[in-house]
Amino acid sequence: MDNCMGQNKAQENRTQQGVTSTSCVGVQGARGGLSIALGATLKRDLLLMLRHRGEVLNPLVFFALVITLFPIGISPDPALLTRIAPGLLWVAALLAALLSLDSLFRGDFDDGSLEQLLLAPQPLAALSLAKVAVHWLLTGLPLALMAPLLGIMLSLPAGSYAILALSLALGSASLSLIGAIGAALTVGLARGGVLLSLLVLPLYIPVLIFGAGAVQAAIMGDGAGAHLAILGALLAASLALAPWGIAAALRISING
Amino acid sequence: MPFASVADFLAMGGHAPYVWSAWGVTLFFLLASVWHARLERRQLIKGLKRRERREQAHRAPHQDNAAGGGGHHDA
Amino acid sequence: MWAFIHKLGSPKWFYTISAKLQPWFWAAAAALIVTGTVWGLAFAPADYQQGNSFRIIYIHVPAAFLAQSAFVSMAAAGLVFMVWKIKVADMAATVIAPFGAAMTFVALFSGAVWGVPTWGTWWMWDARLTSMLILLFLYLGVIALRGAFSSRDSGARAASVLAMVGVINIPVIKYSVDWWYTLHQPATFSVTSSPAMPMSMWLPLLIMVLGFYSFFTALTLMRTRSEILRRESRKRWVRELVRETR
Repeated sequence: MDNCMGQNKAQENRTQQGVTSTSCVGVQGARGGLSIALGATLKRDLLLMLRHRGEVLNPLVFFALVITLFPIGISPDPALLTRIAPGLLWVAALLAALLSLDSLFRGDFDDGSLEQLLLAPQPLAALSLAKVAVHWLLTGLPLALMAPLLGIMLSLPAGSYAILALSLALGSASLSLIGAIGAALTVGLARGGVLLSLLVLPLYIPVLIFGAGAVQAAIMGDGAGAHLAILGALLAASLALAPWGIAAALRISING
Repeated sequence: MPFASVADFLAMGGHAPYVWSAWGVTLFFLLASVWHARLERRQLIKGLKRRERREQAHRAPHQDNAAGGGGHHDA
Repeated sequence: MWAFIHKLGSPKWFYTISAKLQPWFWAAAAALIVTGTVWGLAFAPADYQQGNSFRIIYIHVPAAFLAQSAFVSMAAAGLVFMVWKIKVADMAATVIAPFGAAMTFVALFSGAVWGVPTWGTWWMWDARLTSMLILLFLYLGVIALRGAFSSRDSGARAASVLAMVGVINIPVIKYSVDWWYTLHQPATFSVTSSPAMPMSMWLPLLIMVLGFYSFFTALTLMRTRSEILRRESRKRWVRELVRETR
């Protein structure tokens, strides 16, 4: 396998020089194979997640439940709730996203398909990015779409709903990427769940600050453009850096 | 020199509890880390010495056995 | 150059060279910290606004500096360990983490105590204190992750990755917390942002900072040496060394 991958790399170099090679037929050229492998990973993960509907629904139910607890615990006073709604919604969404992280690699680790992912000739960083994309699509995006509904219950002022959904959609993508590093680091541990939150929550703070800040700014009427731009910048940075961290962490967890 | 007397110095212009507790905790942590590092090193060397002695004690009878043709192996 | 790095990476060589360096750093640390303490506590002038409570700066700022530098050096050691597989780097990272966490706690404690005369409360969500609190959590995460692995090598590599991720995040966290703080509490003033400190005030501060750094270096050398003995205890040179020490 190793030998074959080496040849594959050499083959890639040769194709760059315009010389084709037919050696190592079993493994396709990495460039053509990457999009196929990405597509296959995306499709497989989507299918798996959709078969376990509970795992998709649990974070959403958790989100709604936590938001229900706050008025009961603090006060049903609409004026007070309006003031704290942006922060509450963001913190609750963040915790819901955190809750779903542990299962990101867990199933694949248990049935051994994570090892297959490591052995694939395509770069692990790209493949793990596909897994994270699925996680965001089925956790972050539904949370973002559901948040305005809960915003109504917290008497969030009209006009900030779109910004709330948009900031959560942008921010939760960063959360998924950063959180995946922690999930990859703890996937080999028997009781990784609590440790995972200790590792990941401090790293979530910038996203929380600018996400909640965007909604706050929208309420004040200041315009949330700057906040959303920073959230976008955070997402761009984590898109560029996190896959390498995830790949390195997965290698540590698998190879022991 | 901002203080007129030793008592004045200790009183820190009414801020004595804050200044002295902050300095006390800091110096405690610094001294405790030195103490811990020294203790760690001493115990480590003591433990390694003990292991060395034990292994030598194990090796000695084992060699006697081998000389006597016993061929008995200890862990 | 490469030969030098690999030589430094050999535990035995590091053990010998650090034995020679260590006393100098201890001496420098003791001299600087004693000088800075006496100067800062007894001779530096009191702040016209905060009075003598201002003297807490002489431990708060060095501890805060050290807390951040220790994290950066831990991540750098992690990088060296991951890239060049130099075991001594990981031993250093192992011993830096608890001391860095202790210094973060000292910075938090002294900041909170300072808050009482300045703000009239033990805790204020001040930008500097908040970033320090987050840094403490980052340290605890690295220490806990290392301890959670049963294999030392996996734990070492996982902690290295987490330290590197943390060190990339520290500036982001710092700036976002600063930004958040100015947005929410524009009125209160930060304790350490005295506009222009006279020389008689900042010179003892500089001495204390240097003293704390020397202390950190000396302690890291000493504990790395112990860690070398622990991990290399089966090597012949360690056995001979142990036999020779009294």
